[in-house]
Amino acid sequence: MERYYQPEIETASRQQIKAWQDERLVKQVRHVWDNVPYYRKMMEEAGVSPDHIQSSDDLHKLPFVSKADLREAYPYGLVAEPLENCVRIQSTSGTTGKRVVAFYTQEDIDLWEDCCARAITAAGGTREDVCQVSYGYGLFTGGPGLNGGSHKVGCLTIPTSSGNTQRQIMFIRDLNATILCCTPSYAAYLGETMKEMGLTPDQIPLKAGIFGAEAWSEEMRRDIEKTMGIKAYDIYGLTELSGPGVSFECSAQTGMHINEDHFIAEIIDPDTGEVLPEGTQGELVFTSITKKAFPLIRYRTRDICTLTREKCSCGRTHVKMTKPQGRSDDMLIIRGVNVFPSQIETVLLNQGYPANYQIIVDRVNNTDTLDIKVEMTPEMFTDNMGEVTKRQKDLVDALRAMLGLTAKVLLVAPKSITRREGKAVRVIDNRKI
Amino acid sequence: MSVKQISVFLENQPGSLYGLTQVLAENGIDLRAFSLADTSDFGIARLIVDDVYKTTTVLKDAGFIHNITPVLAVAIPDVPGGQNQVLGILMDEGVNVEYMYAFLGGDKEAYMVFRVTDTDKAAAALTAKGIRLAETEELAGL
Repeated sequence: MERYYQPEIETASRQQIKAWQDERLVKQVRHVWDNVPYYRKMMEEAGVSPDHIQSSDDLHKLPFVSKADLREAYPYGLVAEPLENCVRIQSTSGTTGKRVVAFYTQEDIDLWEDCCARAITAAGGTREDVCQVSYGYGLFTGGPGLNGGSHKVGCLTIPTSSGNTQRQIMFIRDLNATILCCTPSYAAYLGETMKEMGLTPDQIPLKAGIFGAEAWSEEMRRDIEKTMGIKAYDIYGLTELSGPGVSFECSAQTGMHINEDHFIAEIIDPDTGEVLPEGTQGELVFTSITKKAFPLIRYRTRDICTLTREKCSCGRTHVKMTKPQGRSDDMLIIRGVNVFPSQIETVLLNQGYPANYQIIVDRVNNTDTLDIKVEMTPEMFTDNMGEVTKRQKDLVDALRAMLGLTAKVLLVAPKSITRREGKAVRVIDNRKI
Repeated sequence: MSVKQISVFLENQPGSLYGLTQVLAENGIDLRAFSLADTSDFGIARLIVDDVYKTTTVLKDAGFIHNITPVLAVAIPDVPGGQNQVLGILMDEGVNVEYMYAFLGGDKEAYMVFRVTDTDKAAAALTAKGIRLAETEELAGL
């Protein structure tokens, strides 16, 4: 039987959800207008004021907020509460530039942890479970978010944080952990290590895993499920919005329910900003309607996905999003097919190779060509020519399955891929269109 | 019984083979045998050298992907049918040959390098039939 953490919210009627969204959006727009000069200026420039926002149907009138705005407003420019009301910050890794720092009131943390508790409950978690949180604890939201959610559900929580694989496995076995929360790549690694130790699924007490914070494929899900004998659930979130738990998978495993009582989701055309109808693929935009300290209005996530309100077998009524297919800022269109570098990275990682690759797109006789250079690694190399050729062919097949396109895979010498300022150049588009 | 062969990954493009031989030359590595297998976009260079440890160290420092593969270096009797006899023994044992190449030692003696599916089994069978297998040390001293 399906369990809910907050059944009256999670299975509310669409009308009820819309009523919450209408009321909370109107209040939130007034809150940022009154307290955040940065938002007020943006709205004034767009010619909108809180008077124009009477319900969630007026959301499209508001301007977008992007990561660039978050960087420009760093650190306090988007904080909507006096600092004495804030009790916590969390922060992104900052790999693509300046860090983003998000602020929380106690109430914000409380609501965020509710979202994580919904995810854990949807994965079958109850107060009888032992939940091991192997996400990093600290500035990263993964550890603190799932830790809080696990407490709310009433699970016995093991806060191992990330790393020290032997200790992770020791706790899982000695304390009979039934739920594991970590990144999918770490879950795969833990699974492989347990397999090498000779542990079969029936010797591993885990029954469910909640894995997020990075892209992973269905193939990877099946592998993890098989190695550890568990059911693996996806979870989605952004530090900017709160952290993990913005959306989560249910028993249907066909998309992640967005917590619509806290976030309004839209899908837009990344080029024009136009709102697209349900079921169309586009860029995901979120408005946080309950967050007090760091509210975001029409935040462009750059994640490309699709939304659906089709009835879900789990009984939840909140809209579902597909796993993000990639990022709008690095999407390539090759022979009419959308290709994201992250998909290629996923294929390489799933095949057990490090993601040292470069995509070269060109146009020969009016047809796009897709070449993918992959740096040879000691793990991939053997003296057997047939075996190396087979591995090359396996990559081509896996890429075709993921992209729906045939790519040429070129095995190249280590460190031969162009690096600029220490970072590899991932895409070279030679097409002259 | 087997000899250590070093296999090196090379991109199939002008200069990549030169890059390998240059590293070997600069470090005074003496080649005993050298064979190349290739496809249109990559190749595997197979080397028998005088000093395996030193070679793998310099290759690693130079960033070449490589590994060590055990192969059999068979001293082929310099009589008609010598090679045929060796292959006959391997056939009788059900051992498959993945690849092979030849090189000359001192005193006009020929060696045949064999990469086989079961090195130990092949070595035992050849030795039992009186075929001489060279050791790494013997090749280093050539």
